[in-house]
Amino acid sequence: MGAEGNVLVSVPPKEHMAPLPVRVLKSHRELADTWTLELDSGPLGAKFAPGQFNMLYVFGVGEIPVSISGDPLNTSRWIHTIRSVGLASAALCATKSGEMVGVRGPYGTCWPMEAAEGNDLLFVCGGLGLAPLRPAILTALRLRERYGRIAVLVGAREPTALLFEKELHVWRGRFDVQVEVTVDSAGRGWFGEVGWVTRLIDHVRFDTDFTYAMVCGPEIMMRLAARDLVERGVAAENVFLSLERNMKCAIALCGHCQYGTTLLCRDGAVLPYSRVASWLGIREL
Amino acid sequence: MKNPEASIPATHPSPYFVRFDIEGLKRLIETLKQEGYEVLGPTVRDGAIVIEPIESVSQLPCGVGDEQSGGRYRLTQRSDRSRFGYAVGPTSWKRFLFPPNRLLWRATQHERGFSVETPPVDSQRRAFVGVRGCDLAAIRIQDRVFCGGANPDPDYVSRRKQTFIVAVECGSPVQTCFCTSMGTGPAIGDGFDIRLTEIPDGENPYYLGLAGSEYGAQLLSQIDAIQVNESEFAERNAILASAAAQITRHLDPDHARAVILENPEHSRWDEVASRCLTCGNCTQVCPTCFCSTVDDVTDLTTGVAERSRRWDSCFTMEHSHVHGGAVRRSPRSRYRQWLSHKLGSWWEQFGTAGCSGCGRCIVWCPVGIDLTEEVAYLATKRDAPPEDAP
Amino acid sequence: MKDLSEIIASHPFFSGLDSNYVDLITGCARNVKFSAGDVIAREGQPSTEFYVLRHGRVAVEINAPARAPLVLRTASEGEVVGWSWIFPPHRWQFDISAVTLVRALAFDGKCLRAKCDADPKLGYDMMRRFAQVAASQLQATRLQLLDLYGGRG
Repeated sequence: MGAEGNVLVSVPPKEHMAPLPVRVLKSHRELADTWTLELDSGPLGAKFAPGQFNMLYVFGVGEIPVSISGDPLNTSRWIHTIRSVGLASAALCATKSGEMVGVRGPYGTCWPMEAAEGNDLLFVCGGLGLAPLRPAILTALRLRERYGRIAVLVGAREPTALLFEKELHVWRGRFDVQVEVTVDSAGRGWFGEVGWVTRLIDHVRFDTDFTYAMVCGPEIMMRLAARDLVERGVAAENVFLSLERNMKCAIALCGHCQYGTTLLCRDGAVLPYSRVASWLGIREL
Repeated sequence: MKNPEASIPATHPSPYFVRFDIEGLKRLIETLKQEGYEVLGPTVRDGAIVIEPIESVSQLPCGVGDEQSGGRYRLTQRSDRSRFGYAVGPTSWKRFLFPPNRLLWRATQHERGFSVETPPVDSQRRAFVGVRGCDLAAIRIQDRVFCGGANPDPDYVSRRKQTFIVAVECGSPVQTCFCTSMGTGPAIGDGFDIRLTEIPDGENPYYLGLAGSEYGAQLLSQIDAIQVNESEFAERNAILASAAAQITRHLDPDHARAVILENPEHSRWDEVASRCLTCGNCTQVCPTCFCSTVDDVTDLTTGVAERSRRWDSCFTMEHSHVHGGAVRRSPRSRYRQWLSHKLGSWWEQFGTAGCSGCGRCIVWCPVGIDLTEEVAYLATKRDAPPEDAP
Repeated sequence: MKDLSEIIASHPFFSGLDSNYVDLITGCARNVKFSAGDVIAREGQPSTEFYVLRHGRVAVEINAPARAPLVLRTASEGEVVGWSWIFPPHRWQFDISAVTLVRALAFDGKCLRAKCDADPKLGYDMMRRFAQVAASQLQATRLQLLDLYGGRG
């Protein structure tokens, strides 16, 4: 008997859960516990939108969702920046060039690069949160003329935990983007800011009526940053966050990544603050 | 099935609406087996009516009824010889479309890396005999989950396409049923290949069979049957009206959806959490719960790694695990997740409620937690009992 | 060049302050300039002044043996540094040093205290401004202590 939806499609659907084995072309240590992997994207190419993620599998170890941190124009490689925190992420960080990992994706929603055209852009990044925002920042800088002011605000634990530091210097060297960095603690050799990341919002000028903010970092940081931005007059619909929950299938079939009424793998991970604001205050949601 | 789009008139009179006796039912099952179907149907095992492969009509429960209430399930002896004189048991059809365990893929290590193969999808033809309205609705809810999105599950799709549905309208609801509220029963309108209505009639029950597909009509035509007459049709309507009248539990799905999503901090969640054992029984008996997790098994000596999928439950801590620990640590948050998903967020995710009104979660909850009662409490002001509290 | 009262009136810290009060407190203020690396205040020393930053960045530091001073926070243009002048014993709790060239208004604490005592309405206004600064710094400090960025995987 006919089922709902696509059940009657003549071509049987493929097994989306199976990873595609690809070669690691380069592994580069970013920080003490963080590596960037460059993977051969194969004949299909690495076509993705800023903010999307892949599921990465290490043979015999496991599979985890990892945001894509590369330039969307570079379709020959999947680029992922990974912090070694669990079994699978540690195994990914330990892979050497020439070895193979499994990839499936890309999945999820993206940063609102097109909707934000004509507006000022605020990127608020905490810790590794700069990695999922990097494709968006690179896109904005490439299409610089389409946006108003651009500011990249970065918070890190300490100066040595500053991700993509060289690139931050390059961006700061441009005359058309403001880069502000603050750390939680520092020694005397640090000439930048020490303090909480949202304080940087006061350091930049933006037109609250025409600003899109893209925020990525630990959930507490995103919640507080979004609240601060809204208090300063940015519309909640224009503030975007990238949320994180347990993820097994990434194709809206396993039920693990539920957040509020959403399935984060399908409806997120990037969501407007207006959609999630009321949920962010609910414990254990 | 063969031609699911075939439109078969569901109203009487119809050339596809026929009457036959137990011999006709026997013939139907035999025909299905000859056509290569594995026939699944209700049978009595370990004091319960469960769904299993059956060889013949003799394995169907005969004269068996049931009593069900919160945390309680008992088989009873009926005064007739009806084969479908009971409500749904602990098993549902879910396991035959979405098996509890399934190998997703196998990776084999070789010198320069590894390769991945996927096993073939299941292509066994299966006939589901005795699908009640609530369970038919549950199958359609899961159709939306597994087939309705951008990435349909290939195994489910294959199994679903190979499934022949013999639905049976329900004349014997129990006190945990609320299909009438959910619009899923006891009568069945569509979504079947053949629909049966059992008329108990003492020692010799008989069946009114309606074709819902061309293939269903073809099979019915092979049975020695006569066309249903007006009085038999009236008898069927009377049985269903009586069944509907016996259903007292109530849940308004639209109301429940709003109430649940608007009250995530209601004190009732604490109250229900004080009773909930977070055993996950409700999720295991639920015909729509679809959460699954994956298991990896790696054999380093052969260099083979397998990933399989297995049923999971949102009542486990692992379900919400992120780096750092579980998000939903308290029983309160896990019960809230289950109920909020089932009756609330399911709508936004899949355009339907995640509940068919079968009542299994009430019956098989060791402490008899009743979701209809919980919704009624959530609709009231904090700490006040609902007006019609049981 | 702007006169002091104009500078005070346009500084974010004094935003919305009644113009009579601006004139009144101008008598307690003077322009100061520090070069990068200058010590502005030393822990334990009498705290006779506080600084309203007009340009540049200062670090609030604490010294420890056998290691470089730890920076607890930085403050930049638009912010204010120092509240030890408000309460006895009027001593600096931490070191303050200039990270960059710094231009600021230095307020004489004793002078401002006297004006606040004489006009409690001014006193309340000043205390509210300092309480807000203290509260937001406390909140930020708590968040920094959480070491949040260690957590995201």
